[in-house]
Amino acid sequence: MTTSTTRIRSTRAKASSPRPGGAAARRDGFWPWLFVLPLLGGISLFFLWPIVQTFYYSFTEWGVFGGSTFTGVANYVRLFADPQLYSALGNTLLYTGIVLLGIPIAVYIASLLNTPGLRFASFYRVLFFLPYVAMPTAVAMVWRIIFNGDFGILNYVLSLVGIDGPYWTSTPGFAMLAVAIVGLWSSLGFSMIILAAGLKNIPPELYEAAELDGATPWRRFTSVTVPLLTPSIFFVLIITIISSFQLFDLLYALLGSANPVLPKSMSLVYFFYSQGFVSNDKGYAAAIAMVIFVIIGIVTVLQFRLQKRWVNND
Amino acid sequence: MTRPRAAARPVTIAVRKPKRRGGSHLVAHIILGGGGLLMAFPFVWQIIMSLSTNAEVQSVVPTFWPAELQWQNYAEVFDRMPFLAQLKTSVLLTVIRVVAQIVLCTMAGYAFARMRFRGRAVLLGVTLSILMVPSQVYLISQYQIVQGFGWLDTLIGIVAPGLFSAFGTFLMRTAFLNMPLELEEAARLDGANPFQIFWKIMLPLAKPSISVLAITTTLWSWNELLWPLVVSTYSETMPLSAGLATLVGDKNTDYPVMMAASLMAMAPVLILFILLQRRVIDGLASSGLK
Repeated sequence: MTTSTTRIRSTRAKASSPRPGGAAARRDGFWPWLFVLPLLGGISLFFLWPIVQTFYYSFTEWGVFGGSTFTGVANYVRLFADPQLYSALGNTLLYTGIVLLGIPIAVYIASLLNTPGLRFASFYRVLFFLPYVAMPTAVAMVWRIIFNGDFGILNYVLSLVGIDGPYWTSTPGFAMLAVAIVGLWSSLGFSMIILAAGLKNIPPELYEAAELDGATPWRRFTSVTVPLLTPSIFFVLIITIISSFQLFDLLYALLGSANPVLPKSMSLVYFFYSQGFVSNDKGYAAAIAMVIFVIIGIVTVLQFRLQKRWVNND
Repeated sequence: MTRPRAAARPVTIAVRKPKRRGGSHLVAHIILGGGGLLMAFPFVWQIIMSLSTNAEVQSVVPTFWPAELQWQNYAEVFDRMPFLAQLKTSVLLTVIRVVAQIVLCTMAGYAFARMRFRGRAVLLGVTLSILMVPSQVYLISQYQIVQGFGWLDTLIGIVAPGLFSAFGTFLMRTAFLNMPLELEEAARLDGANPFQIFWKIMLPLAKPSISVLAITTTLWSWNELLWPLVVSTYSETMPLSAGLATLVGDKNTDYPVMMAASLMAMAPVLILFILLQRRVIDGLASSGLK
């Protein structure tokens, strides 16, 4: 679709004038600027300039009474020696790893929802999708009660099978696990609908052919569904990893800003927030932001490299 | 696509299927029903807890249904936090951003897709490059700009950066790129100026993508925490997301009132979603397709 329209346009532009760019520029005159300048003004002020400025800030140290001095790479030297960075990175990776476990679940749920003629399919879809649209700070409140060590229903259920549940939100390792469980719960629905849309594009003839060849439902799932779904799976993978690296809301709301377990359970973004807006060390926070930027950049590049290997784009 | 498929399907399969389907559907219903219940459980639990007494919430053996429904927990929310002021902020914040993004992103998206001007490719590239930058990178500086304008603790301060969206511009540009050129040409021959063509012809055609933009902006504006938390310090000027989060920070242990408050804070978006569920789900799903 896209390629055909651009092709039409370029041939048409060539036909109307020997210099396509010049002719078109004359035709549209000031109009394009009227259309793009309001947006570009805002984008420059609130996004482009801040990116440049943060990069500069990451080389400065901020005084208590405002004002900043250029300190070269001091912030980065301090940051790479700061155990907090590695603990935040580790926590973020742990969280991302657990949330990623939702993708195979989402593939399976989406393929079940795609069963032809299944009743209540849209009702199930709504149930699975509801957590995604719910406000994270609001759902975190009920999860705090569910996870409560003394009276939470989770520990009650665990006690029925003889397990003595921990104080989820105030024990270092378990706090991150609790946050990740909620993260998985709230992102599952989004992965599911993207994958379900991808499944609709798989021609049913392939399933019929596989069926005629005597493939079992499981074999059809692994040999038809999964390979043909790789572009959607890849998209979901990227979105999940990038949004998991942005973990903040759930952590803040689930653990609470006064929780003594926080220093050991920070995510990268929480680390950034606590340095920049709680300790007011904005130069240091800017360096953290740049490191997050680079990490996400590396992850994205790696993913696109891998995509070439295993995504089936036919 | 659907019609030839149905016609091509041999009759034998159509006859064979119903029998086999019955069995496999049962398994699907059990898994989807069970999973769905698990997904919905926190919401159900939240409703039950919001109608219980604090003692019932904190009983070691869970009270699955309160002895008496405590509706006054909902009334008490208004004494505990400036709920109405925060609700007003959340609503205004969301509406202003949605309207502004629709206007700015459709206009810029249209120009980037269909108009010719000097520097178009560079400006588009620069705008889209923002999509790859995590928000922490511009947060500190955005804070300072808002502070410099004297907008801390004001609605405009919370709203301002979110009026402009690179994602929305990308979304609308793609929508306009995929539209046929003929309509535009015909209107141009009739003497319509570029704004009339945009407003009367192209914009109505872009409705599906505009609704995707409206949905994503609504969800993000209503639920977002970090930015409002950073630019507002008084609970009166915060939106609901930040208001609830700071309520927790106060070591508040009146659980039923907290449950009532969080349900009331989520309710507008959840109700909107349930009413428009097909459009929301299909819209968001289509944003993921290339």
